[in-house]
Amino acid sequence: MGNHWFRQPSILPGFGLTLGFTVFFLSGIVLLPLAALVLKTASLSGSEFLAILTDPRAMASYRLSFGAAMVAAVINAVFGFIVAWSLVRYDFPGRRLVDALIDLPFALPTAVSGIALATVFSPNGWLGLKLAAAGVQVAYTRLGVVVALILIGLPFVVRSVQPALVEAQRDLEEAAESLGAGPFTIFRRIILPAVFPALLTGFTLALARGIGEYGSVVFISGNLPLKTEITPLLIVIKLEQFDYQGAAALGFIMLVMSFVMLFAINLVQAWGRRRHTQAGR
Amino acid sequence: MAGAAPRVEARRNASVGTRAGRAMLIFISIAFLALLLLAPLGAVLAQALAKGVAAYLESFRDPDTLAAIRLTLLTAAIVVPVNTIFGICAAWAIANFEFRGKSLLITLIDLPFAVSPVIAGLVLVMLFGAHGWFGQWLQARDIAIIFTVTGIVLATIFVTFPYVARELIPLMQQQGSEEEEAAITLGASAWVTFLRVTLPKIRWGLLYGMILCNARAMGEFGAVSVVSGHIRGMTTTMPLQVEILYNEYNFVAAFAVASLLALLAIVTLVIKTLVEWRADRRTG
Repeated sequence: MGNHWFRQPSILPGFGLTLGFTVFFLSGIVLLPLAALVLKTASLSGSEFLAILTDPRAMASYRLSFGAAMVAAVINAVFGFIVAWSLVRYDFPGRRLVDALIDLPFALPTAVSGIALATVFSPNGWLGLKLAAAGVQVAYTRLGVVVALILIGLPFVVRSVQPALVEAQRDLEEAAESLGAGPFTIFRRIILPAVFPALLTGFTLALARGIGEYGSVVFISGNLPLKTEITPLLIVIKLEQFDYQGAAALGFIMLVMSFVMLFAINLVQAWGRRRHTQAGR
Repeated sequence: MAGAAPRVEARRNASVGTRAGRAMLIFISIAFLALLLLAPLGAVLAQALAKGVAAYLESFRDPDTLAAIRLTLLTAAIVVPVNTIFGICAAWAIANFEFRGKSLLITLIDLPFAVSPVIAGLVLVMLFGAHGWFGQWLQARDIAIIFTVTGIVLATIFVTFPYVARELIPLMQQQGSEEEEAAITLGASAWVTFLRVTLPKIRWGLLYGMILCNARAMGEFGAVSVVSGHIRGMTTTMPLQVEILYNEYNFVAAFAVASLLALLAIVTLVIKTLVEWRADRRTG
């Protein structure tokens, strides 16, 4: 105690115990294992590391993981916004039920989403059958990966945008409308600027989750090397083949990607907060 | 995880745009969600019951499936209390005290959310696996972690690590610590203060965090898949059993187990909605 450099004084007890346990547990469960991965990767020589990372199969997997996550996040940004808008601004029968249902992808185990989507979209499934008639195959193609990632990412966008829409200043929209602005002008000039930081946060969260997603994707993607193989699956395959160095190197790259995404999310959120305070309310 | 649903009922439907535009947006929303959420949920049920109720129930007589259900319950029974104790400690330290490095600590607690589940499993293999940092040391002492229940529990703790802390930290920060300070000043012990003052204030948030943690703990697939070794009847949890049965084209059994997990998800959503509804009434 009495260490004012480290912490401000308080009469509440338990600081040492709770912070000590928190840091100890965090270190043991999260940081130590992550450090083990980094150290394992560091034991590779530079050329070995580069050879693993630039292997054509690995490159194809990054393109798919990142590309599909990007496409899914863009689709979620559009439809997630429409869903959030409908839930916040309109009243319709079953609105509360729909609102509760949004979190289903959070609560539903990914393996269950995976086999369910594979069944629905398989060429003889409910939707797959109709899409096959139109010449579109979803299951066991890249499109299947995108569909799985749309499901997984949806709640991130809706739950980010909802509070921003609640807070948006309605009087501005009404003023614009009474001055003769059409719905598209109002959307572009008033609504979109107000919710853009929240939308971007939701988009980034969905993207980050999509890049790392495994369970819901592997059942629908077909897992063909160079075609429909995501990076997390390639790591699992390397582990199963006892290629620990290869798995470590790819895992390290994904970990770096996670940190970049985490940093991006923090930046977007800080930017949103700054804009919010600058709006001066 | 995103925050609670917004709580404004006023002035709905008074929005800009025409009546037709409104109907169209609502239709798009519901159609999108029905395709994306309800169709898969319906498929689980339809496939599970495809050969009748008897075949569905028969799936639960498989000893390996029963072992998977037991292992999932055991894992959750260990992981949820552990992460709850951690979450309460972290929230107490972070919400009640000002100290250096606090925002770094919060970021690090969130880290498992940002990491791919496969990486969560992979790092444990790098630490405890035969070629891992402690591999030799563990082998010499005949301790196995990877491909055992211990590994499954550790991987699950990793992926569900932030859930309780994430709910409690903002809640306790928002509530402030004046009441705790008053209790301590009046001579209550730390433990009594926590039980009588803090716990009643945070109980709904705590319950919320715990059910989310439980849902993820029971449903985790990627991380557990990497460390489990898929030994039937020994180290397969329910989601892994679903995968095994599905890959064997035993669809009724796979979807029967999946239907239990889907039920878990729905129960989780119902409790979550009730908790939010309660919180609404208290604040609103």
